[in-house]
Amino acid sequence: MSKAITTNSRGQWSRRLIGHDAVIFYILISVVIISMVTVNYFASTLTVGFLLIQVLPILLIAMPMALVIVSGEIDLSVASTAGLTSATMGVLWRDSGLDIGTVMALSLLVGVLCGAFNGFLITTLGLPSLAVTIGTLALYRGLALVVIGDQKVASFPKELNAFVLSKIGNTGIPVMMIFALIVIVFFAVLLHFTPFGRGLYALGYSPQAATFVGVRVGHAKFWMFVATGIVSSMVGIFLTLRLASAGPDNGTGLELSVIAAVLLGGVSIFGGKGNIPGVVGGVLLIGTLTYALRLAKVPETALIIVTGGLLVLSVVSPSVIAWGKERIRLNRVHREVQGQSASGITRA
Amino acid sequence: MSTVTHAPAVPRSSAFKRFFTAREIPVAGALIALIVVTYIINPRFLSPQSTKDLMLNATIMVILAVAQALVIITRNVDLSVGAILGLAAFGTGTVFDMFPSIPLVLIFVIGMIFGGLLGSINGMLVTSAKVPALVITLGTLYIFRGVLSSWAGSKQYFSGDNPKAFGNLSVDTLVGIPIITIIAVVITVAVAMFMSSVRSGRDLYAIGSDPDAARLFGIPVGGRVLSAFIACGALTGLAGVLYASRYNSVGALTGSGIELDVVAAVVVGGVAIFGGSGTVAGAAIGAVLLSTITGALTATRVDKFWQQAIVGVLILAAIIIDRVVSLRRARKLRVNEAKNV
Amino acid sequence: MATAVETAPASQAARTPALSLRGASKTFGPVIALADGTIEILPGEIHALVGENGAGKSTLVKILAGVHSPDGGEFLIEGKPAHFRNVSESKAAGISVIYQEPTLFPDLTVAENIFIGRQPKGRAGLISRGEMRRRAAELFATLGVPIDPDRIADGLSIADQQIIEIAKAISLDANVLVMDEPTAALSGVEVERLFTVARALREKGAGILFISHRFEEVFGLSDRITVMRDGRYIQVHNTAEVTVPAIVKEMVGRELGELFPKQEAELGDVVLKVDDLNSVGTFSGIDFEIRAGEIVALSGLVGAGRTEVARAVFGIDPYDTGSVSIGGTALKARSPKAAIAAGIGFVPEDRRKQGLVLDLSVARNVTLTLRHSLVRWGIISGQRERAAAEDWSQRLQVKTGSQDLPVSTLSGGNQQKVVLAKWLATDPKLLIVDEPTRGIDVGTKAEVHRLLSDLAGRGIAILMISSELPEVLGMADRVLVMHEGRIAADLNRADATAELVMQAATGSTKELHLERTDEELSTELEAGE
Repeated sequence: MSKAITTNSRGQWSRRLIGHDAVIFYILISVVIISMVTVNYFASTLTVGFLLIQVLPILLIAMPMALVIVSGEIDLSVASTAGLTSATMGVLWRDSGLDIGTVMALSLLVGVLCGAFNGFLITTLGLPSLAVTIGTLALYRGLALVVIGDQKVASFPKELNAFVLSKIGNTGIPVMMIFALIVIVFFAVLLHFTPFGRGLYALGYSPQAATFVGVRVGHAKFWMFVATGIVSSMVGIFLTLRLASAGPDNGTGLELSVIAAVLLGGVSIFGGKGNIPGVVGGVLLIGTLTYALRLAKVPETALIIVTGGLLVLSVVSPSVIAWGKERIRLNRVHREVQGQSASGITRA
Repeated sequence: MSTVTHAPAVPRSSAFKRFFTAREIPVAGALIALIVVTYIINPRFLSPQSTKDLMLNATIMVILAVAQALVIITRNVDLSVGAILGLAAFGTGTVFDMFPSIPLVLIFVIGMIFGGLLGSINGMLVTSAKVPALVITLGTLYIFRGVLSSWAGSKQYFSGDNPKAFGNLSVDTLVGIPIITIIAVVITVAVAMFMSSVRSGRDLYAIGSDPDAARLFGIPVGGRVLSAFIACGALTGLAGVLYASRYNSVGALTGSGIELDVVAAVVVGGVAIFGGSGTVAGAAIGAVLLSTITGALTATRVDKFWQQAIVGVLILAAIIIDRVVSLRRARKLRVNEAKNV
Repeated sequence: MATAVETAPASQAARTPALSLRGASKTFGPVIALADGTIEILPGEIHALVGENGAGKSTLVKILAGVHSPDGGEFLIEGKPAHFRNVSESKAAGISVIYQEPTLFPDLTVAENIFIGRQPKGRAGLISRGEMRRRAAELFATLGVPIDPDRIADGLSIADQQIIEIAKAISLDANVLVMDEPTAALSGVEVERLFTVARALREKGAGILFISHRFEEVFGLSDRITVMRDGRYIQVHNTAEVTVPAIVKEMVGRELGELFPKQEAELGDVVLKVDDLNSVGTFSGIDFEIRAGEIVALSGLVGAGRTEVARAVFGIDPYDTGSVSIGGTALKARSPKAAIAAGIGFVPEDRRKQGLVLDLSVARNVTLTLRHSLVRWGIISGQRERAAAEDWSQRLQVKTGSQDLPVSTLSGGNQQKVVLAKWLATDPKLLIVDEPTRGIDVGTKAEVHRLLSDLAGRGIAILMISSELPEVLGMADRVLVMHEGRIAADLNRADATAELVMQAATGSTKELHLERTDEELSTELEAGE
């Protein structure tokens, strides 16, 4: 059918400029500009520091989460993994007498194990990730309670606590952002520029199509969950040091914020669609908006409504646009059909 | 394959076998085992007062699980129930504050209508936008919670603010069973009847089993799913009213985080997370099991910190058992067919 | 536009048609699925609809069923205009449809699948399960099949699922019964039972629309035949007054030779050797070889195990015993990655779900199989990717506006070329093609056939699975016919005839008994019970 040829209308760049990620960045930039003009104290280096340190946990976990959702799965256990890591780190530091480096390494192992357990249940047993990670969400948080009870451990080395909050020179940018940048670049390259990443898109759109081109579906998914576990553990360690306190409830509720940010960043919950720049935009948008509104003394409660509203809007708008396009198409078809009957091609 | 010569011998599975392959049997068994073991270790576990507490603790969760099961069976999910519960509970306090002498029946009606309206927002977004309910209700979870926070602020309503008769619903008993528990049981039975023996209830199963086939078959999928969300919201609203009766105070944080517990109860009760199978009775038993564990741990002096980990293990066990059973069934069928050839 | 239905054969002209569709059209995006859907079904007739895959039959069926609403045309039910907005309205108008692919609810019981939405009510308006079970058992007794009404539908064989669909359609007591290839998965005995039922319904005055690729069935059962081609109505005939070659010519619209440009190729060494492959409950004792340059067709009914064998060879599905080797080297089981590395390519039957990632661009789809060889220092080289994609799309003449367009915007034929391109880019020794021309317009079909023939000429071994007999007979050097998981016949090009293939496929050693009368059939059935 030669018809298909004529359907190309726009070039790659123009499509990119009106795409979902672009829109997210336009909104982000508008929010920043409006905030700088209207909100006192927003335009300062302090802003950058506070804002980034606030969104860092979401930003970090959003990276592997984006890959997991692109591949058509989901991981709800991330915050609990962070909590379990924090609890383990606290107890090890308090009771084992090991140096802090070893303690942190062992705590990171918690993430590896949590992720591998999720991966095992999902790939080897073929269970739905939604159900599995609701289960491990409860299990890991429960184990955190078992490990540390309702106590807190706060005696971490002061230099380390100060280090995670330190800034690069007088730019106001936290040193930890360098670390975050490494993580972002790693996952961006992995998703966009490697055979593995290509396989993930195929997997998210159609696991069967992926199998037919030789993607090892179980293998790919398993490592995605391990990666998510590791990054969640890193966040657990970061939160522990930032708050200078290890407790079972560190990171509670983070999973929903992460997923909201990833979806807002244009990753399709059905899998197969989305990219890392979009996700970074989504995270920063939520972070900036929250921070600006907080500075503007808008009550905390309104912030939650804004987050939820943005999320619903971002997933509903494509359907609304598609619906509109379909209406236009139908009207056109209708006119054509009427035109034809008017020109006399009617049947007896 | 059959040949013309032999009469069709229809293989029939016996009622006995059907009973023991039902999905809610393992959960019920676990619940009974839990109660028996705990009772042997500590007989006071089943003292009249303790039994009453167990029932009271399970009541709200049972209603929430039954409501959630309706939605999950259609291959959807409602994560906003915690916020709906909070809104209804705080709304109840507000209404009593404004009209202290309002008839009790009316407060229930108001709670259900309120919840139903919130549920209809979820339902309309899910059915019109064709986006998974997980995402939509995650969004409305934030929105509803935000609305509750700005409405309630730091204000709380205490049980003392409510009419005495309202609080008594959670104190008075009928043949040893608290009134609100009886309400929960009646609701469970009614919804179970609806789901098993009314055509539109069966449609919900068909939709969850294969939404495309349901559409092809002419089942009004959108309308049915919308109704399921409205019903879920209304029942959750009712649970919110009962919450205000049962607990000391309601405020901005009421019901937060409860949504995953509810989904967990439903899954533990044998309802498949991707719809199509399981029963509301199973979901109710799952809810009772999860809420009884807390009491059992206290009674057996097990460290209370184990409770959540055990909940996690139960959820995983439920889905693993379900999976293993269906794999074995599929394999058995495959081998049987091979024999018949 | 084609000519309108001129005169229906005189004998039936007097009756008001139970259903009449004229000039119906339907487009999906750039694809014209139906340009002129025209059919007329009289009460008490069995009307066959024939046409190649992609001729628009299924779209026409979906319009009758209320799944799609036509963009244009006239639709009359018993002489009155009809506009179905959904399936319920079509059902209410007395139209009942058996689809090509069974659409059962896997979690519900068999009985409930039959009666969903209209379950018999007992006391207090509640559903009576006993009554429902009894009625389902009655239906199965009429059809003479042993199916437990209480078992859940999940795990039923395709044939059993199809029988349940038939039971469902019969229980609706419809004025018009539409059967879209109901026999594709059924064995000879089951087909005969279905026909007995169809004839009984005709006696009761129902109009039946019957779609089939098997001419023996079409000619054995129908009263009239409507032919479609490329989404258009071509002609309607009285079955008694027309011959098979005449119908085929109308269906294809050209000489068969043009469509199957088979070249003679030199056969080389053995490329694929499959040795006693077994998979419990799916297939057993599969033993065959394919040489370089040879096209081997795997034929048989749907559900006979053809695709399953191919999937096991390619490592998608596991097998229990046996071995697969390529060029003398045994292949690791359960690893498509190893199969690809060994030089196998697989063009799967479901292009949209298995062959392509529809949302990805043409370029990305073409290079999906090459993703490991385009890498420089672990990172995919954009330059090499673009070059490879352009090279292969050009070689196969994929018609697309841009390499960056999602592959979903292409027509079916061009999509299939993209699938072929992505496999040819890997330089395969063996190409497995599963229903390579399903849902493709006739022009592209010939192109695909020519391409396959060329590839064989260049020494690639080809394993082709096809349900279309003309394709099998026209293209293959050798035909393997499967029946219930076994290879029932191995025929050379010279020996293979439609009759031999069908006999082996249905497992019958004698001719199908379609020429027998209803009375004979029913007395035989009664005697059997």
